[in-house]
Amino acid sequence: MTRGAASTPLARAALLGIALAFLGVFLVAPLVAVFAEALSKGFAAYGAALIERDALSAVRLTLLVAAISVPLNIVFGLAASWAIAKFDFRGKSVLITLIDLPFSVSPVVSGLIYVLLFGAQGWFGPWLRAHDVEIIFAVPGLVLATMFITFPFVARELIPLMQEQGRDDEEAALSLGASGWQTFRRVTLPNIRWGLLYGVLLCNARAMGEFGAVSVVSGHIRGKTNTMPLHVEILYNEYNFAAAFAVASLLALLALVTLTLKSILEWRYGIHGRTGY
Amino acid sequence: MIERGQRFLQVSQPRARGRRWFGAAIGALAVFALAGCGSKTSADKAANGGAIELLNVSYDPTRELYKDINAAFAAQWKAEHGQDVTINMSHGGSGKQSRAVIDGLEADVVTLALAYDVDAIAQNSNVLARDWEQRLPDASAPYTSTIVFLVRKGNPKHIRDWGDLVKPGVAVITPNPKTSGGARWNFLAAWAYGRKTGGSDAAAEKFVGDLFGHVPVLDSGARGATTTFVERGIGDVLLAWENEAFLAQKELGAGKFDIVVPSISILAEPSVALVDANATKHGTTAVAEAYLKFLYTPEAQELIAKNYYRPRNADVAAKYAGTFPKLDLVTIKDFGGWQQAQTTYFADGGVFDRIFSGIKR
Amino acid sequence: MQSAEMAIDMGDGRAWHRSSPKSNHRRVIPGFGLTLGFTITWLSLIVLVPLTTIFIRAAGMGWDDFVAVGLSARALKAYQLSFGASLAAGGINTVFGMLVAWVLVRQDFPGKRIVNALVDLPFALPTAVAGIALTALYADNGWFGGLLAPLGIKVAFTPIGVVVALVFIGLPFVVRSVEPVLADLGQDVEEAAATLGASGWQTFHRIILPAIGPALLTGFALAFARGVGEYGSLIFIAGNMPYRTEIAPLLIVTQLEQFDYAGATAIAAVMLIASFALLLLINLIQVWSRKRGMA
Repeated sequence: MTRGAASTPLARAALLGIALAFLGVFLVAPLVAVFAEALSKGFAAYGAALIERDALSAVRLTLLVAAISVPLNIVFGLAASWAIAKFDFRGKSVLITLIDLPFSVSPVVSGLIYVLLFGAQGWFGPWLRAHDVEIIFAVPGLVLATMFITFPFVARELIPLMQEQGRDDEEAALSLGASGWQTFRRVTLPNIRWGLLYGVLLCNARAMGEFGAVSVVSGHIRGKTNTMPLHVEILYNEYNFAAAFAVASLLALLALVTLTLKSILEWRYGIHGRTGY
Repeated sequence: MIERGQRFLQVSQPRARGRRWFGAAIGALAVFALAGCGSKTSADKAANGGAIELLNVSYDPTRELYKDINAAFAAQWKAEHGQDVTINMSHGGSGKQSRAVIDGLEADVVTLALAYDVDAIAQNSNVLARDWEQRLPDASAPYTSTIVFLVRKGNPKHIRDWGDLVKPGVAVITPNPKTSGGARWNFLAAWAYGRKTGGSDAAAEKFVGDLFGHVPVLDSGARGATTTFVERGIGDVLLAWENEAFLAQKELGAGKFDIVVPSISILAEPSVALVDANATKHGTTAVAEAYLKFLYTPEAQELIAKNYYRPRNADVAAKYAGTFPKLDLVTIKDFGGWQQAQTTYFADGGVFDRIFSGIKR
Repeated sequence: MQSAEMAIDMGDGRAWHRSSPKSNHRRVIPGFGLTLGFTITWLSLIVLVPLTTIFIRAAGMGWDDFVAVGLSARALKAYQLSFGASLAAGGINTVFGMLVAWVLVRQDFPGKRIVNALVDLPFALPTAVAGIALTALYADNGWFGGLLAPLGIKVAFTPIGVVVALVFIGLPFVVRSVEPVLADLGQDVEEAAATLGASGWQTFHRIILPAIGPALLTGFALAFARGVGEYGSLIFIAGNMPYRTEIAPLLIVTQLEQFDYAGATAIAAVMLIASFALLLLINLIQVWSRKRGMA
C-alpha cells in the first residue's frame, strides 16, 4: 500500500531520517542555541537583561515601527488586491511584478535609497534640515525602510486569494443594491479575512525582525533609534552575549508565536499561503 | 465613499471615466495625508522643561569610558546649573559614525578615533568648523592610547614583536582600516615597524603586505574584531587599542589573555569636537562645550586612566604610570598628518588597496 | 490550482482566465480608480521613486567610473561570493528541500505538524538572530564548530559559513514551492509506476522529477534571489575579508562608511540589475510551467 518512490519501509525510514536530521541541524539547532545562550547566565540575568532601560526602549520602538508600517501595508494590500483582482486592465502583470520588487532587492540597498533621498547630502536633505524635519536617523526613516521591506507581504497574500474567489459575490451584492463600501465590508472582507490575517502575520514578523535596512538608516543611538534587532547587535558588540541572546530570544519567541498562529490558520481554515517571505 | 459607490452604478460610461480619474486623485491624496502623519512623529524631540539632551557620537571601544564620564558630567552639571542633562550615545566604527553625522545624524559632539574622521565631517558637510582641532587643548585629543598585541594565555606562539606576526601559522586579527579608526592606527604602527627594520617605505609595504596575509577575518569595527578573537576563538594575536586589550584581559576572560607590548608602536590621538550647527540648532552649545572641556579636568582624567586610556594631565599620568608600559612611539606627524596618511594609504587606490589586490587569491 | 499555489503568480493565472470572457462587461464593481490610483501612487512613493535614485546617482558618475568601481576586482570577487554561495546553498536546498517536501507530503510520523510549522522558521526568525545563533554554533568553540575543528573543517568566517547561513535562509522557499505540486501529483502515480516494475530511482527521475521540475526551479530561483541580497545573517558569520569572504551587500555598506556614495550606488546598481533579471527569470519559469500545465 505504501509502495511509491521509496519502495521499502527501510528506504522510507532512511529518507525520513535524513530529512529530519537535516532540519534538526539547520533549523532546530540555531533555535535551541539562541535560548541556551540566553539562559547561560541563569534566569535572573535573563530577566534583568530584558527589563533593562535600553532593552525596553528598543522593544517600544520596534512595536511603534510595526504599528505604523503594518497598517499602512494593510491599506495598500487591500487597495492593490481590489484593483488587481476585481478589474481587468492593461499592464496588470507589470504592476504585480513591481509590487514584488522589494522581495528581490537587498535590504542594504533598501536602506541606502532612503539615505540618498533624505540624508543630509541627499536630494531632500537640505530642505528637510531647513524645515526641521527628521527622517533619516529618526522614526520616519525606520518606518520607511521597514515599509519598503514588507511592502508586498499583504498584497501578495490577498491578490491570488481574491482572484480565486472571482467577482460573482460582489456583483450579486451590488445588484441587490448594496453600496460599494458595504459590499467590501460585508462580502469581500469576510471572504478574505483569514488570508488577510495570514499576510499581516508574516508582514508583522518581518517588520519587527528587519535588520539590514534599518541598520543603514538608524544612527544607532542607544535608547532612541535602536530597534530590537539592532539592540541585539549592540549588546553583542559589548561582550554582553547573554543579554544579546536574551533580546534575541524575545524575537525568536515572536517567530514561534507567528509560526503557531500561522499553523492554526492553516489547519483550521485551510488557508495556504503562497510561499511566504 | 459610500455615496460614491452607490452613484457609480448609475452613471454612464463617459462620465465614469472622469470619475475614475477623480478616484485616482483621491487615492493619491490619501497617500500624501498618510505620509504627512508618518513624518510628524519626529518633530517633538526638542528639549523641553529644564532637562537637556546631548548626543555624543563616538567610536567603538569607548562604551565603558563614556558611561563613566557621562555620569560624572551629569552630576557636576546638575550641581552647578541645577539642570538635568542626559547624554545619549551612539557607537560604531569611527568611519561609519563619521558618515552618519555627514548624512545628518544630529550629534552635538563627536568623539572619534582619529582626526581624519572629524576632518571628513568638516569637509563633507557644513555642520562643523574646519578649525576644530585648535579649539581645545592638545589638538582636541583629551586622551591618547597606543596599539598593542593581545595574545592567548601563556603566549603559545611566542609573540614578542611585530616580526613574529608574519611567521608561518600565526593568525592575526585586526578590523578593516577602511572603516575602523583603530585599524588605521594598527596599519600605521605596523608600517612604522617595517620602515624602522627595513629602512624604507618599500620594505614597510612588503612587511604590512605579509602581515595582512595572516589576517583571516576583517571586522568593520574594533569591537567586532575583539569579539571575533575573544569569544569566537579565532586567531593568535589581536592588534588592539591598548585600552581595549586591557579591558579584554581584565573583564572578558581574566587569566585567558596576555598583553604583549611591541618594540615600537604609534601614539593614537582620538579627537573630540563640537558639532557647531547641530548644537546651535538644539540650543545645547554651552552644555556641549562644557562637556568637552570636562574631559580635561582631573576628575575626568582619572576616569580616563581607570578605563585604560592614557591621560593627558601630568599628575594623573604620573599616578597611573605603572599601568601603562613605556615604549617607542611614532606619531601621525611621522606620516605627514592624517590628510596625507589617508590619501597615501587608505583612500581608494591607495597602499591598502594595492596590498589587498596582491593578497587576493 | 497549481498555478495559484505557485510562489510568484503573474496575476493572470486561472482566476484571470476564467473571468476574461466577462472583461467586456460594463464594470459594475466600484472603486477601480480609487484603489488603482492609491496603489500606483503608494507604490511609486515607497518603492519606485526611491529605487530610481540608485540609477540616477550611478548614471551621474559616468560609464568609466561606474565600471571602475562597480566592476572592480574586489567587487567582482564579492559578487562571485554572493552569487556562488547562493548557487551552492540553492543547490543544497533543492536536494534537501525536495526530500523534506516529499517526507511531509507522503509520510506520516509523530510530530509532523510541528515539523511542518518549523519549516517556515527562517521566514519568521529575524536574520540578525539567525546570524548570531549560527555563528555561536559554528565558531571553533561552538557546538558544531567544536566537532568540525578537529577534522580541519572551518565553517564560521569562511565561504562555507556563508553557504550554511544561506541554506537556513532559503530552505522554506524550496519546500513550500514543491509541496503543493507533490500533493497534487498523488501517491497513486508513484504506486502505479512501482506496480509496473519501476525501481524507486526510476520512479523518482522518470515520474516525480519531471512533474515537480518547474516548482523546484521556482523554489531554487527564489532562494537564490533572497540569498544574493542577504545581509543580516551573513555579516556575523562571514569573515568580511576583501577578496575572500566579503559579500556584495557588505561591500555596499563598506563603501558607504568611507563616504564613497558613488561606489556604493554603483555596486547597488549592479545588484539591482541582477535582482530585476532574477525576478524576470522567476516569472518566465512561472509562465512556462503554467503553459506546460495547461497543455
